[in-house]
Amino acid sequence: MVLMAAMSSHLWAAGGAHVELETMPVNLNDKHSMQRGAKYYVNYCMGCHSLQYSRYNRVAKDLGMTDKQVLNNLVFTGQKVGELMVNAMPTEDSAKWFGIAPPDLTVISRVRGADWLYSYLKGFYLDESRPYGVNNSVFPSVGMPHVLWELEGLKKQVHHAEQEPDDGHGGGHGASKTQYELVVPGSMTEEEYDRAARDLVNFLVYVGEPAKLVRRHGIWAILVLILFLVAAYALKQDYWEDVH
Amino acid sequence: MKELISNNTTKLMDWVEHRFPIQAIIRASASEYYAPKNFNFWYFFGSLALLVLVIQIVSGIFLTMSYKPSAEDAFASVEYIMRDVRFGWLIRYIHSTGASAFFVVVYLHMFRGLLYGSYRAPRELLWIVGMLIYFVLMAEGFMGYLLPWGQMSYWGAQVIVNLVGVVPFIGDLLALVVRGDFVISDITLNRFFALHVIALPLALVALVVVHLIALHEVGSNNPDGIEINDNLDADGKPLDGIPFHPYYTVKDIVGVAVFLIFFAVVIFYLPEMGGYFIEANNFIPADPLKTPEHIAPVWYFTPFYAILRAIPNPLLGVIAMGASIMLFFFLPWLDRSPVRSIRYKGPLTKIALTAFVIAFLGLGYLGLMPPTELYTQLARFFSLVYFGFFLLMPIYTSIDSTKPLPDRLT
Repeated sequence: MVLMAAMSSHLWAAGGAHVELETMPVNLNDKHSMQRGAKYYVNYCMGCHSLQYSRYNRVAKDLGMTDKQVLNNLVFTGQKVGELMVNAMPTEDSAKWFGIAPPDLTVISRVRGADWLYSYLKGFYLDESRPYGVNNSVFPSVGMPHVLWELEGLKKQVHHAEQEPDDGHGGGHGASKTQYELVVPGSMTEEEYDRAARDLVNFLVYVGEPAKLVRRHGIWAILVLILFLVAAYALKQDYWEDVH
Repeated sequence: MKELISNNTTKLMDWVEHRFPIQAIIRASASEYYAPKNFNFWYFFGSLALLVLVIQIVSGIFLTMSYKPSAEDAFASVEYIMRDVRFGWLIRYIHSTGASAFFVVVYLHMFRGLLYGSYRAPRELLWIVGMLIYFVLMAEGFMGYLLPWGQMSYWGAQVIVNLVGVVPFIGDLLALVVRGDFVISDITLNRFFALHVIALPLALVALVVVHLIALHEVGSNNPDGIEINDNLDADGKPLDGIPFHPYYTVKDIVGVAVFLIFFAVVIFYLPEMGGYFIEANNFIPADPLKTPEHIAPVWYFTPFYAILRAIPNPLLGVIAMGASIMLFFFLPWLDRSPVRSIRYKGPLTKIALTAFVIAFLGLGYLGLMPPTELYTQLARFFSLVYFGFFLLMPIYTSIDSTKPLPDRLT
């Protein structure tokens, strides 16, 4: 079953920009995808963005890994497997380096939605006016370098549709799809990078709400309640037979 | 052996009965409490409101065991509940869904009162106590919403508490007293927590008991709006009444089952309800330095919020918002129709009630939206309709035609 986490993503096309987001069907049944996503996350993201409400061993259990696998592949900081996934970056320094402290991303998927995250990961393009040489189409003027550039490569915008100024009405009218041209190739093809982005988003959707993996079994509770309804209705009919 | 047990049970019950009239109470309030036999769909929501109250109290107790009411720890403790506490996610979603469910059933329960004139004499106090419950429930919902300490919690509370500040002369002082600080802070969170888990639930439970006592004193109204006690049999029992227990207990259980199915679907599959029950921005920890672009209260407050925003003058806006809630208290005296139920009222009343429902829902929608020019004009129009429903009621209910009342329930 595919669980859509992106219900409100278009409402919160935040960063202030109104751009059309690419849709990404989240698949929380694909444990391999989420495992790869976790690996990308600790390798490329976690140096700056902690997952401070999540524990390594919970991720291990939910994604079908052993504690040992997690310690070998996901923990680089000498932490214990039951600890929270924090990083060692001091907030004050990072605020100085990036203009704003990189936020914790444990529940970011619940704020932005999967589509936004997916589009964001694919939205970096060369822009010399920015301190890190890149900008992002769904989060203009983002204070973050393109940390996945080794994988994706670097691309430039060739056609930028005119965006209507924010008139407060919301919605994404007037925006059209942006075209890119690869300038520096990365280690991955476009398809491979799309898959990596999907893996990361699948992982972030999972880690935003681990209960998602469990709560879909609620159908059993609902079935029991339906049986209860049938019994209750029969009881009621029986008692009410003599009421006219 | 069997005889011995049943003998002893009877003895025990007699022993208790001589010291506490438990069986007499059950008889008076259930098995010999007569209710009209023609309750329809709209009559499920009273018992459902009681069910949700119990759900909220029980789930709330479990949340309190793991929640930490401090600005430093609140957000993290909610995530701790969602991840590390066994079935914490379930308890949390039960409570967050329960809050919205409470307002859904209470609004439908109140609408039933409007439909069938359940506020009319001799049920004025019953109605007023019910309105007090609604009032306390709004405070309970408002204070509970601060506790997760997300951006919407924080800024929603900031906006609402600032409303107190528009009171002339003492407004700032009043807002300071409510917050306990110059901005919403750790101090505010702590006092809202105290009010949310102790003071207001106590008041709610007490008011519900009073509501039920008042109900059992005057008896239930019904879709025909006539008194079942006008037609008694030789034993003095109402001909059109049936004992609440077992008839309505078994019927209400059917309502409970249907309600729980809907409730479970939301808890397991739609806990955020597309951002209406749990808002996306509330997953960003509260940041006093960063105002979100668009602040909207939770859906159950939005009709009143839209009225507030529709009026340019802040003080008048707050007065109008207060009045829009207070007017409900006066319904028993605003309605001058000779009949209670919509079934026997004329076209004017039916049009007025329909317009009111449209205005209420329209305001609810507009309260969620950013205030554009068009939306503000619409909100003003709906506000006029809203107030017109109440203020013109003495006129349209007295000149409206009515149908003849039946002698017995139909």
